[in-house]
Amino acid sequence: MSKKLLEIENITVRFGGVIAVNKVNFSLEKGELVGFIGPNGAGKTTLMKTITGMVEPQEGKILLNGELLNGKPIHERINLGLSLAQQIVSPLNSFNCIDNVVLACGKNKTKNLFKSLFINETAEEEKKAKELLEIVGLGEVLNEYPETLPLGYLKRLEVARALALDPLLLLLDEPLAGLNQKEASSLGDLIVKLNEKGQTILLIEHNLKEVIRICKKIYVQDNGRSLAYGDALDVMKNEDVKRAYLGTNKNA
Amino acid sequence: MDYEITLLTTMSISILFALALNFVTGLCGQISLGHAAFLGTGAYTSAMMTKASYPFLLTLPFAALTSGILGFFIGLCSLRVRHDFLAITTMGVGFLFVGVVRQQDFLGGEVGISGIPSPGFSRFWFLVFCLFLASLFAFFSLRIKKSWMGKVFESISDDEDVTRSLGINVSHYKIFAFVIGTSVAGVAGALYAHHLRFIGPDSFGFVESVSVLAMVIIGGVGSVWAVSITAAFLSVLPMVFQFVDDYKLLFYSALLFFMMRFSPEGLKGLVEKIKKNRKSKLDKENKNEQKAS
Ligand SMILES: Nc1ncnc2c1ncn2[C@@H]1O[C@H](COP(=O)(O)OP(=O)(O)O)[C@@H](O)[C@H]1O
Ligand SMILES: [Mg+2]
Repeated sequence: MSKKLLEIENITVRFGGVIAVNKVNFSLEKGELVGFIGPNGAGKTTLMKTITGMVEPQEGKILLNGELLNGKPIHERINLGLSLAQQIVSPLNSFNCIDNVVLACGKNKTKNLFKSLFINETAEEEKKAKELLEIVGLGEVLNEYPETLPLGYLKRLEVARALALDPLLLLLDEPLAGLNQKEASSLGDLIVKLNEKGQTILLIEHNLKEVIRICKKIYVQDNGRSLAYGDALDVMKNEDVKRAYLGTNKNA
Repeated sequence: MDYEITLLTTMSISILFALALNFVTGLCGQISLGHAAFLGTGAYTSAMMTKASYPFLLTLPFAALTSGILGFFIGLCSLRVRHDFLAITTMGVGFLFVGVVRQQDFLGGEVGISGIPSPGFSRFWFLVFCLFLASLFAFFSLRIKKSWMGKVFESISDDEDVTRSLGINVSHYKIFAFVIGTSVAGVAGALYAHHLRFIGPDSFGFVESVSVLAMVIIGGVGSVWAVSITAAFLSVLPMVFQFVDDYKLLFYSALLFFMMRFSPEGLKGLVEKIKKNRKSKLDKENKNEQKAS
């Protein structure tokens, strides 16, 4: 059998008349770090949400480790080894930063309702959550509430929470947007480091320079269709990709 | 002395009932605007059984069971409808309960059931028993709040979709909250029936649902202590002040309206707002303490 971690076969997602994802095929191997780019409205976020089950596709199959994900509820997919840091940040506002991450760290304690009733212990999760928040540079705001923090912080909180789920496949939807240059490049470095330690990552990123710096492999989507997939430098030379990105200059 | 015992028994039963609703609305963030229906289900179940000569204590598990089964189905509904729509659905269940009971001759129809037998112990020991059950459930609620289940409940009342994306089976937790919160209301109903020795469809109408919700919301959603104190206080008001009894719906609605006046986002916003206020206050206190030490 293949050692593919994620397989996406012929996925189509429609929102009314809009075809957000159009017959997309894509796959990812264990240990890879793939940059996922495309102009605004290309259907990147939609494809990510289709993987986690937040959006159901009209056609096609999604497999994780050879197991069919279609029809499975979100929480089951997460427990099979997925996690997503969303483009639109979604912190739990009634929890402070560390408790947001603690809840994700406690995945094994909350998986079973009756188990969760009899366990209070949080020391282990608090330690891990603190480490994760320090890694993403939020060590100073552990006890702050999300609503008091700027977007750049919330983006990193979102990443820390996704990491806390210990996923086989980490999905990151524009984690660098809203960060200043210094924060962005340090989070970029972190992504590379995580990958070097064996974490498989699919990274949506708008900033082309940063993607090329971080990712060896790039997948491009435009208008819902797959445009190119392969070695970063080859992909950037691809005529279709250039046209999609420099579309406005077509007539120049 | 008898009067005081009656007052205190009423208080204890109201605390138990309010804590039952608090389990669903306060801890798990699911609005129930028809909770009196579960009180009523337990009350009728227990009253019918003691009238058929079953011992009172034996009827309690059955009261819990019938209300809990009804609650299970409402829990299933809560998976489909959320927030304001859930409020309307549960309100509908409340009206449906009264409407159906009214039509049933074997439940006494409009007239209700009178001559409910004594629970088998003296008024004083009945009070002790009611207090015991209320304290037991208060303890259980506090216990839950401390556990991982408490965190999950809080997360669900904050944002269900995010909770799912943390690998949590939200449906299981919501149904559990409904089953516990409704079966305990059923037990409160059984106590209620044997305290007053008379029940009728109007004992479990919209007014009761609104007043118990008022107890939970005014008490400060989710707080076991505050809800208990508010329930104790509000439950005896109508017994002490005749005008409150005469204008119950007006009085409790006015209280609720007053609360909502400060929360234009409706019930859910109110829930969140109260939670947040309490949190930030707590934080400030903690910070002050840290500074002081
Ligand atoms: N929930 C939705 N309802 C309707 N249309 C949507 C929804 N989500 C996305 N779309 C549409 O699908 C297309 C792709 O959007 P999206 O996946 O967010 O693109 P990207 O993340 O690449 O910018 C856009 O045209 C967008 O308007
Ligand atoms: Mg997007």
